[in-house]
Amino acid sequence: MSFLDKHQKLERNLSLMFVGSLLAVLVGGIVEIAPLFYVKNTIEKVEGMRPYTPLELAGRDIYIREGCYVCHSQMIRPFRDEVERYGHYSLAAESMYDHPFQWGSKRTGPDLARVGGRYSDEWHAQHLKDPKSVVPESIMPKYSFLANAEIKPESVTGHLKANAVVGVPYTEEMIENAVADLKAQADPDADTDGLEERYQKISIRDFDGNPDALTELDALIAYLQMLGTLVDLEAYKQEENLR
Amino acid sequence: MADREIDEATGVETMGHEWDGIKELNNPLPRWWLWTFYATILFSIAYMIYYPAIPLLEASTPGISGQTNRTALKAEIAEADAAKAGLVKRIAESNLETIRSTDELARFAVAGGASAYKVYCSQCHGSGAQGGPGYPNLNDDDWIWGGDLEAIYTSIKHGIRNGEDDDARDSLMPAFGSDEVLELDEIRQVVQYVLQVSGQEHDAERAALGAEIFGDNCAACHGDNAAGDQDIGAPNLADAISLYGNSAERLEAQIYNPQHGVMPAWQTRLSDETIKQLAVFVHSRGGGE
Repeated sequence: MSFLDKHQKLERNLSLMFVGSLLAVLVGGIVEIAPLFYVKNTIEKVEGMRPYTPLELAGRDIYIREGCYVCHSQMIRPFRDEVERYGHYSLAAESMYDHPFQWGSKRTGPDLARVGGRYSDEWHAQHLKDPKSVVPESIMPKYSFLANAEIKPESVTGHLKANAVVGVPYTEEMIENAVADLKAQADPDADTDGLEERYQKISIRDFDGNPDALTELDALIAYLQMLGTLVDLEAYKQEENLR
Repeated sequence: MADREIDEATGVETMGHEWDGIKELNNPLPRWWLWTFYATILFSIAYMIYYPAIPLLEASTPGISGQTNRTALKAEIAEADAAKAGLVKRIAESNLETIRSTDELARFAVAGGASAYKVYCSQCHGSGAQGGPGYPNLNDDDWIWGGDLEAIYTSIKHGIRNGEDDDARDSLMPAFGSDEVLELDEIRQVVQYVLQVSGQEHDAERAALGAEIFGDNCAACHGDNAAGDQDIGAPNLADAISLYGNSAERLEAQIYNPQHGVMPAWQTRLSDETIKQLAVFVHSRGGGE
């Protein structure tokens, strides 16, 4: 039997074939996946990322519940047209506390990765209640019910715990104070010293223009106004990460 | 290897094995297919040498091209910036009036302003600059804060009531109703007066009463003839163009507890050249003074 005919042995032996194909798949997996965990240029060092505040996390849950990701991506690709429209291209580290990430695969509406701070709270509130009232050609549905849906702050503790289990660095203190923090972020009159200490670069105000109620609109706007604002892009050394 | 035999029906060699009387013909793949397959293998090797491909300990092999998405992006932006650098420099060095009156600069500014407008302004002022309830129309000649080039430039640069720019335009109309400055009936009389001066359907008797109240309470900002004052952002009330609506109900609501619009200070996000282009663009929409 010549060398080229050795494959016949493999093909006639089921167990050997199984072991062989397992090895082949394993090699492919190791070569493609394993380097992502150690190769230096896939791991970016950035300043400013922090876990989401309880109110932002609640807003993020609403974002997912309402399927916003179906039409809006949260990933600016490194192309000139995208960078000039949406801002600096997205960095992997900006999604590090997203479970699941919200990169999206389709844009019917614009990318939202850096929508934070771009419009006023009033604009967001009006736009979410009735998109056509500010953008007549918009085909986005109305989400006016968010303004009337009150948030149940108690459930957020569980969300923080679940995120902590999958690796988001929520501390004991953060989890303990989650409910109070959620309420305080939308209340300019609350005592927010602890909240500001736990979460850097946090916006504290009434987001939906209705200071009497803590609504889902508050949470969603708080989340949107935070998007893309955490990482200090000035400090991010672009030169070291060209790839 | 077992002895090869030739299949009688087709004249093709068999593979030499047999299951239940069934034999397999040895028909190799067509040559062209095989060579294409080998060519793709060669291509993949060349690709791996030319582009970043194989992960090593520190990073992947850079490839002889050194090509990455981010370097390509940087080069592309640098190229685009270089292409318009000359005109951008002239925009930076020229004053607004010179830009507007120099054909070449005006064309560049209007085109550049239009594209910046789509990205940053259209969400509130509308993609056709037509405005909407609470967001002024930029195509008409009814200006709240002034419609000459300098005034438009200042409004864009510092914004309006944003609380973040010390030079932001700022004005606050008192809440005549909710702060109990006027009785509801007095407010309704003023509404009739405003309807009268703006040439709309009104009750002349009540408008006459409203005129007096207007003189005492409103004329200080909106002027004796209700023509407004652009220096302090008091809108013209005599032109039947109102930011929050012209109906008696909307006017009443706006006097009772006024809404106030907010505009960001764009100097924190846009370069001065871009703001200049935007000012020239907005000025060119038809209402520029």
